[in-house]
Amino acid sequence: MHKVSRRRLIKSTAALAAASALPLPAWARGASLTHAGKGFGEVSGEDIELAIGNHHFTTGGRSGHAVAVNGTVPGPLVRLREGQTVRLHVTNNLDEDSSIHWHGLLLPFQFDGVPGVSFPGIRPGERFTYEFPIRQSGTYWWHSHSGLQEQAGHYGPIIVESANPDPRYDRDYIVLLSEFTPMHPHEIMRKLKVGEHYFQRDMLTATEGEMSGEMRRMWGKMRMNPRDISDVTGSTYTFLINGHGPQDNLQLAFQPGERVRLRVINGSAMTFFNLRIPGVPMTVIQADGQDVDEVEVDEFQIGVAETYDVIVTPPSGSHAIVAEAMDCSGMGVASLTSHKGHIATPPPLREIPTLTMVDMGMMDHSGMEGMGGMDHSMRDKSLVPDDVVVGPGVDMIAPMPVDRMDFPGLGLDGAGHRVLRYTDLKARRMNPHREIEREMEIHLTGNMERYMWSFDGKKFTAFTDDPIRFGYDERVRVKLVNQTMMAHPIHLHGHFFELVNGADHMHQPLKHTVIVQPGGTATFDLTANEPGDWAFHCHLLYHMHAGMMQVVTVRPFPEGDGA
Amino acid sequence: MIRVALLAGSMLAVTPLAAQDHSAHGAAARPQPEMDHCAMGHLLPEQCPPKGEPAPEQSPEPEMDHCAMGHLPPEQCPPKDEPEPDTGTDGEMAGMDHSSHGGMSDKSAPGAAPESALPPRALEGPRHAADAVWGEAAMVPARNQLARENGGMTTGMVLVERLEARIAIDGGEDGYLWDAQGWYGGDINRFVLKTEGEGEFGGALEDAEIQALYSRAIGPFFDLQAGVRFDPEPDSRTHLVIGTQGLAPYMFHVDGALFLSDRGDLTARLEAEYDQKITQRLILQPRIEIELAANDIPEREIGSGLTKIEPGLRLRYEVMPEFAPYIGFEYEAKVGETADLARLAGEDPDGLKAVLGLRAWF
Repeated sequence: MHKVSRRRLIKSTAALAAASALPLPAWARGASLTHAGKGFGEVSGEDIELAIGNHHFTTGGRSGHAVAVNGTVPGPLVRLREGQTVRLHVTNNLDEDSSIHWHGLLLPFQFDGVPGVSFPGIRPGERFTYEFPIRQSGTYWWHSHSGLQEQAGHYGPIIVESANPDPRYDRDYIVLLSEFTPMHPHEIMRKLKVGEHYFQRDMLTATEGEMSGEMRRMWGKMRMNPRDISDVTGSTYTFLINGHGPQDNLQLAFQPGERVRLRVINGSAMTFFNLRIPGVPMTVIQADGQDVDEVEVDEFQIGVAETYDVIVTPPSGSHAIVAEAMDCSGMGVASLTSHKGHIATPPPLREIPTLTMVDMGMMDHSGMEGMGGMDHSMRDKSLVPDDVVVGPGVDMIAPMPVDRMDFPGLGLDGAGHRVLRYTDLKARRMNPHREIEREMEIHLTGNMERYMWSFDGKKFTAFTDDPIRFGYDERVRVKLVNQTMMAHPIHLHGHFFELVNGADHMHQPLKHTVIVQPGGTATFDLTANEPGDWAFHCHLLYHMHAGMMQVVTVRPFPEGDGA
Repeated sequence: MIRVALLAGSMLAVTPLAAQDHSAHGAAARPQPEMDHCAMGHLLPEQCPPKGEPAPEQSPEPEMDHCAMGHLPPEQCPPKDEPEPDTGTDGEMAGMDHSSHGGMSDKSAPGAAPESALPPRALEGPRHAADAVWGEAAMVPARNQLARENGGMTTGMVLVERLEARIAIDGGEDGYLWDAQGWYGGDINRFVLKTEGEGEFGGALEDAEIQALYSRAIGPFFDLQAGVRFDPEPDSRTHLVIGTQGLAPYMFHVDGALFLSDRGDLTARLEAEYDQKITQRLILQPRIEIELAANDIPEREIGSGLTKIEPGLRLRYEVMPEFAPYIGFEYEAKVGETADLARLAGEDPDGLKAVLGLRAWF
């Protein structure tokens, strides 16, 4: 604690509160923790109070420590109105710094909630006030941007109601996907660093898997693992929907004939989910809170930090909302039911996908004989620009990465029904017409064995003072090149970028997070019109923690101007 | 040193020729441009060229176009559009055809400035925007913490590779053996401790050594390690150590080192092992250890040349990944002059041992 007391007290409404709270927190003094509630209440209005605290959480057979906001996991639904101004008063009752980042909200950078980038963080005992006008509508979420608190339960949903109500639905539910683990997040991080594929309990074995001996040898030669789908799996995670594990029997009620809007938010730390409601088609109406033309699908993959809003009109009965982890190591389940108390039976887990040569960025090959791919160097430094540092932290350079925005996601390319792809998304409202002024390439790099992750071969520690720079209102086309065999959900704070997905350039869909498929590329157009410094990172929590983060700065900005 | 050279060779092996071939193929595979589709708005804008330039490639197969263009719902697309994940090489090839509409990868913006052409306004203002709002004094500690928490992690582990009882099958004494290592540090620089030794049950400790090494990542898969080794048994002796440890192609864990003793003796040791999963928990591990000496070391009954070979096979069961008991056997043979010396001393130069032990880490 001495460290805290030595710190210069910053301008804060809570200096006194901070001082009086400096002694040990209740749970460290031996007081028992209260159990966090499952699911969430709702807060709204001009002044909203949020309190971060230590709690205990149990689901199924697993229980452990949780960081809860207002006593629940997830924390409360923050319901806002487009056009209002909100003051969010956040009290940190932990014994460590905390923060809240408002994921997807357009706001002045100093209230974006990233300690070390946008503000100093919220000290133990401090009550910090975020204040900003609400300039948009849609489905978003909030979460801690301090340490690994997000894994422990420090997240919740946001709904911003539109000034023009949408008449297309009768009922509205949040479907917030996340994970619970009894393991301390720092222990997960250590196991990822030291234990080879610790959480992956579905590896190829001598007897299982249909991969040929030749292919197995090729993977072995590269020192890569074709089952590296997810770093952390159901071996330690229980997958939650609105804070409820599969055994908690969450029910979402509807009347037959009703049109139900489901606001699906992936608030997990590490898990991509494949979401479906067997027998019930879903009409996608929003992606990352932004309206898109309606697309009817049977299933979609949602990367970490993405949101999709869908409308369903389920027939009478009980229907399982199935959020299957991408590596099929578990699922989150809830029942969408017209008969109270009837629990839907989810389908069994599907088979874990196995990575292919496309995921290594080895395209090609109609004309090449046999295993042409084996001739490629998997780490040819001449294929990347000079500013990419190809050192111990880079175990692979994709020989021929191609755009994979038409890929539905690992495990879904053979799903046998309609699956959403980025190429299906089309902005419902027209974007301003702008010429591209500059082009940029950012390489996603990593080393699976050492568990190092970075942009352009440089961990965040290496370039804290060398941000990615944009001029205010500059229009830049950014190509993300994934030099790894994992899918990365890349999030830019404070902005919406337009996916260059084949939609006409006035209707490219707006997103705050984009999945870059293994060994592939994804491209977006950004109009950098939110001045200030913004975090830019992989939203897989432990990838960010390993260094896959950068700062984006948009200049000039009005210096010293509060909002 | 042979080992080091081999490793360096394997790590540095790149095939620029193959890469050149590759791009050439990509270009050759491009079909003829079809301007009509673009004019008619049938093609995605990115597949259409800016006016006045030749169209980039599109799929040579018309039905694939419909899928890409969204004219058909996904389920009506040809199956090769959606390779089953488990159809092996054929399925993968089909998948490649699909995405190799090279046009998809050409999303460059004609006339746009290169990445380095920053507009001057992008460099304006203070180094860190938040300092202007909250003050540098408040931001510096938070910034340092952020850097530490996003790539600056230091951690460590202890791995007990082998802790085993060794039962002599072909006569001789039963004994025990340990082989463990630990490290602490970051991604690149680490402090490494290694120890191993063996003895006979009821008898004296025969061999023991402990190494303290500085380890530095020199490539994605290998560390260079240098430091000292101290042998309390059989005779207290100190060595300088230089070696390399890591993961070789085809997933072999290797550890090779040169030792120069305080009496000028130069020896080397190479270990390699491979983990074959039989099931998710049952793992068969072939392992080999080879020792060499550059000169005779009479007081240790070692002759120059290859001195010892120890192939072994262990089958372990991972109760947890951290805790895996195993059984196996190991053949231990002194070779060359060292074997002759053993025979002269009336000892058996080789022996087969059944082993029963534990692999654990924490």
